Amino acid sequence: MKQLRILLNGLMKENPVFVLLLGMCPTLGVSSSAINGIGMGLATTFVLVMSNILVSMVAGFIPDKVRIPSYVVIIATFVTIVQLVMQAYVPALYASLGLFIPLIVVNCIVLGRAEAFASKNSVFDSMLDGLGMGIGFTLALTLLGSIREILGTGKVFSLTIFPENYGSLIFVLAPGAFIVLGYLIAIINKIKKA
Amino acid sequence: MAKESNFKNMVVALFAITFVASASLGVVNEFTKGPIEKANIDAQNKAIADVLPAFEKLGKSYKVLPEGETDTLELFPALDKDSVTIATAVKSYSKKGFAGLFTVMVGISADGTITGYHILEHHETPGLGSKMALWFSNKDKPGQSIIGKKPGSDNLTVTKDGGSVDAITAATISSRAFLESVQRAYKALKSHSNPKNSGAIQNGATKEGANS
Repeated sequence: MKQLRILLNGLMKENPVFVLLLGMCPTLGVSSSAINGIGMGLATTFVLVMSNILVSMVAGFIPDKVRIPSYVVIIATFVTIVQLVMQAYVPALYASLGLFIPLIVVNCIVLGRAEAFASKNSVFDSMLDGLGMGIGFTLALTLLGSIREILGTGKVFSLTIFPENYGSLIFVLAPGAFIVLGYLIAIINKIKKA
Repeated sequence: MAKESNFKNMVVALFAITFVASASLGVVNEFTKGPIEKANIDAQNKAIADVLPAFEKLGKSYKVLPEGETDTLELFPALDKDSVTIATAVKSYSKKGFAGLFTVMVGISADGTITGYHILEHHETPGLGSKMALWFSNKDKPGQSIIGKKPGSDNLTVTKDGGSVDAITAATISSRAFLESVQRAYKALKSHSNPKNSGAIQNGATKEGANS
């Protein structure tokens, strides 16, 4: 039961984007389309799960003063692995995410969960926490990306809902990201209180 | 949970972590090196096929330094079955984009007509400058299409600058940069086929097309 709660924690109650407000830079940067949101979310999920597992395994051996540099090296390793694999097998997605993949290294969600959760909990619980947080992040980015894509270009996942001419360009650009995110946070808060 | 830190265990811990990290990255790199190279070549070949009319095979690529510039361009000649160049794909660029550098593959036939183009990489504003991927090849709008035009005789600049090409609405800077990259491609091709301009660094393996 406790395990299930850890897994579900990241989806709603402590959703990294809508509640913890972590990782805003990739959130606003890559959510211009639904497919970008999913790609970025899954890449981050992989890094979160793997780094949480490894950090919880080695946490007992790492001296306190070099804790953060050690975690950063572990996270950076997994990010580079993701980057190489994406470049090799999904070059189109890699081209559109580009700069944001290496930036996962400094994504505060990953380091935050390593420090706040993985270093204090068992390996299995840490894995679940990483998975839950990752899925929560993916859902948030996909939702944000879908809304922005529909309002901005009339398409979602390249499926045309209405002609592009009626779309409002601002939603594809950065200001639209802030507007949509603000409304989504308000809605999530309302639902959580009810 | 926190472990007492002293110089020795800090050095050991950091060394062990970085050692394992670099070793595992080395292994992953070995596995992905081949596929990454293949993906890049595939993308390039697709772009070349995209901008050129049907051809038999690709000739040896060569590099050209256009007059008065510092960067070389790569040219990919397309040959018919008699090994005569029918068109050339030029990998061109512009540094004047709204968000800096972008690269374009431009197809130019042997008589100097633009046969097509393909944006390889760009960072232009989505919905404005990014429209250049389709804008300049729109067959229904002859004012904005560059396909079939000749950079040698047509004035390929935006109408605002006295040229003959309609710029993308609200993205004149991107349009100017795009046309600059097309002209650069043409200049490179021309300086290669006309050795008096001595732009060519390395001669291709084949002779030039009859019209050049």
